[in-house]
Amino acid sequence: MGITLTDTAAEHVRGFLKKRGKGSGIRLAVKTSGCSGLAYVLEVFDQVEPEDIVFEDRDVKVIVDPKSLIYLDGTELDFSREGLNEGFKFNNPNVKDACGCGESFNV
Amino acid sequence: MALFEISEPGEAPSTLPHRRAAGIDLGTTNSLVATVMEEVAATIGDELGQHLLPSVVRYRADGSPLVGLTNQQFIHDDPLNTISSVKRFMGRGVEDIQTLANKFPYEFVHAERGMPRIKTVAGDFSPVEVSAEILKALKVRVEQTLEGPLDGVVITVPAYFDDAQRQATKDAAHLAGLKVLRFLNEPTAAAIAYGLDQGAEGIHAIYDLGGGTFDISILRFSKGVFEVLATAGDSALGGDDIDRAIAEWLLEQADIGADADHKRLQEVMYHARVAKELLTEQDSVELTIRRPDGTDWHGQMNRAEFAEQIKPIIHRTLAPCKRVLRDAGIELRDICEVVMVGGSTRIPLVREMAGKFFHCEPHVDIDPDKVVAIGAAIQADILAGNKPDNDMLLLDVIPLSLGIETMGDLVEKLIPRNTTIPVTRGQKFTTFKDGQTAMAIHVVQGERELVRDNRSLARFELQGIPPMVAGAAHIQVTFQVDADGLLSVSAKEQSTGVETGIVVKPSYGLSDGEVEKMLRDSLTHASDDVNIRRLREYQVEAERAFNVLQVALNENGEQLLSSVERARIDTALDALQSVRQGKDYLAIKKAMTVLDRVSSEFAERRMNASIHDALTGHKVNEFSE
Repeated sequence: MGITLTDTAAEHVRGFLKKRGKGSGIRLAVKTSGCSGLAYVLEVFDQVEPEDIVFEDRDVKVIVDPKSLIYLDGTELDFSREGLNEGFKFNNPNVKDACGCGESFNV
Repeated sequence: MALFEISEPGEAPSTLPHRRAAGIDLGTTNSLVATVMEEVAATIGDELGQHLLPSVVRYRADGSPLVGLTNQQFIHDDPLNTISSVKRFMGRGVEDIQTLANKFPYEFVHAERGMPRIKTVAGDFSPVEVSAEILKALKVRVEQTLEGPLDGVVITVPAYFDDAQRQATKDAAHLAGLKVLRFLNEPTAAAIAYGLDQGAEGIHAIYDLGGGTFDISILRFSKGVFEVLATAGDSALGGDDIDRAIAEWLLEQADIGADADHKRLQEVMYHARVAKELLTEQDSVELTIRRPDGTDWHGQMNRAEFAEQIKPIIHRTLAPCKRVLRDAGIELRDICEVVMVGGSTRIPLVREMAGKFFHCEPHVDIDPDKVVAIGAAIQADILAGNKPDNDMLLLDVIPLSLGIETMGDLVEKLIPRNTTIPVTRGQKFTTFKDGQTAMAIHVVQGERELVRDNRSLARFELQGIPPMVAGAAHIQVTFQVDADGLLSVSAKEQSTGVETGIVVKPSYGLSDGEVEKMLRDSLTHASDDVNIRRLREYQVEAERAFNVLQVALNENGEQLLSSVERARIDTALDALQSVRQGKDYLAIKKAMTVLDRVSSEFAERRMNASIHDALTGHKVNEFSE
């Protein structure tokens, strides 16, 4: 299991890091959102915490804290274009149902 | 499916609204206000584009006091009612100002408790009240620009201001309706404006030559904090002295006696000031001065002549510079950076002499009149919580996450651990039951998912929530940890504005060992915690569904359901009831799915019935508008 990226996602992350000039990779996490449900966090990281778990796929470092990994294990990060919008997409096998906009989900 | 962007660390979007914050440089001669907009700190001008607001207040027999530029002429025409340099009287007792007062034309009224008041045609006013007028004028300016009320301000004060003077400034801010986030020493504000707090640890000199005063401060920056090591200065040395020296030279050149009338002298002073300003850019200026006998003197002044005249004045700043080094107990070579503040430091000779004295190139890129206000604005922006996790002013971090209890004994974290303070975070919550008018806020600290595994910090109740259906109320809960580690929690119902809060010190009585244990527990129990959170979430959801359906059944179950349908729903409800407190989340989930299926028809009929009710008795054309 672990975290994987699609080719386009990896390409966009690398491009982002290059433009930013610093940062070693991305951090995926979940945070509780509202009275129930979870939401994704997608950040660039500068620093790895001791408890973080590090994955590497297609030359991109991805770190996840152990608690978030329980919700994210097996996730594939994709980059897609939907109409006028484009952005990263979490293909998370743990998700049982998601809210309409997809910003929060349940496992 | 939502699409995501990569955020900066710790800047994942949160529900906290941007706060309006400003920095105020409340000066003896001029005052300024600055704010951070779109990541850039800048001062704000009036409608005419004037950024400097002369710290002059004129009281009138009829009407409100006037602040600023238009009053300057009245310093001479109406001296008793036109108050300037009020900063010099802030927080001073009657005895203190005795010597000072002789230099000013105002009439002082001595009140009982030592607080002097200035007599004007509009009544007697304390220095605090006069300062409040200046602050009010700045407040109006910034609130117009930001299109809304200010949440807080940082006001700068001289490093040597004592507690009484700071308290008086705080009182003035209070009178003006401003919330002071913090006072900032003027030299520290200048250092922040230049980003010296982003650089390495070291010792810096702040050279501030204003219109009428000179201040030199030595700051030490270490562990994210500026400490004022020593200050020195001359309270009667500044740009005015430079103008006077040039004016004297002009009088001599034009062969005008010093006994010329007041108006003539004013005119020469004006020419002197213009010459000074032009000579910062060009090498020489042409001057024409009218003599008392009506003839004109034409001449020019070049930089060398200018320098020769003002050199003795600038030289007077070097003695305090030597003294401050001695007081701070440091050597010249310890100084890393020199920052220039105050309009008079635009003069190239001032920069040159200060640079030579400190053996380094001084910072001059930011407008020296505005640099203090800009630094204050940057600080205000951070203190207001607009830059979560900013590593600037890294004073301390939160050792354990802070959050509140939500339904199901679960913890909702508002501020994750390792967040640097000061910090402000907020989140919206809602009511769980129909007609719920109060909400208990239980503040907890720790990393675990269940309240009982964390440390309880405080409890309070928000009352007066208007009765609404469950989920309709919006309650904004805000956590604010100040630079001292003090946590203020507030809860506000958005429609009525009812608000309540509490202040606690989270670090109180917590040892390093305990913190470490709490952290270790959260990792060892991570998987249990996840399972229990999932279970609790289903339990809460089941209870909510249960309550909603009960209410609906009582309302119109009789009329909308056949006895068979009713029995089917009751069976499903009983099934859910029997498992909803159990430990098997799958069973709860299954029972909820069944309940959902058997009650969906009922929900639909209820919807139709309410639409029917809403439309019955109305004509179609009532809806057409």
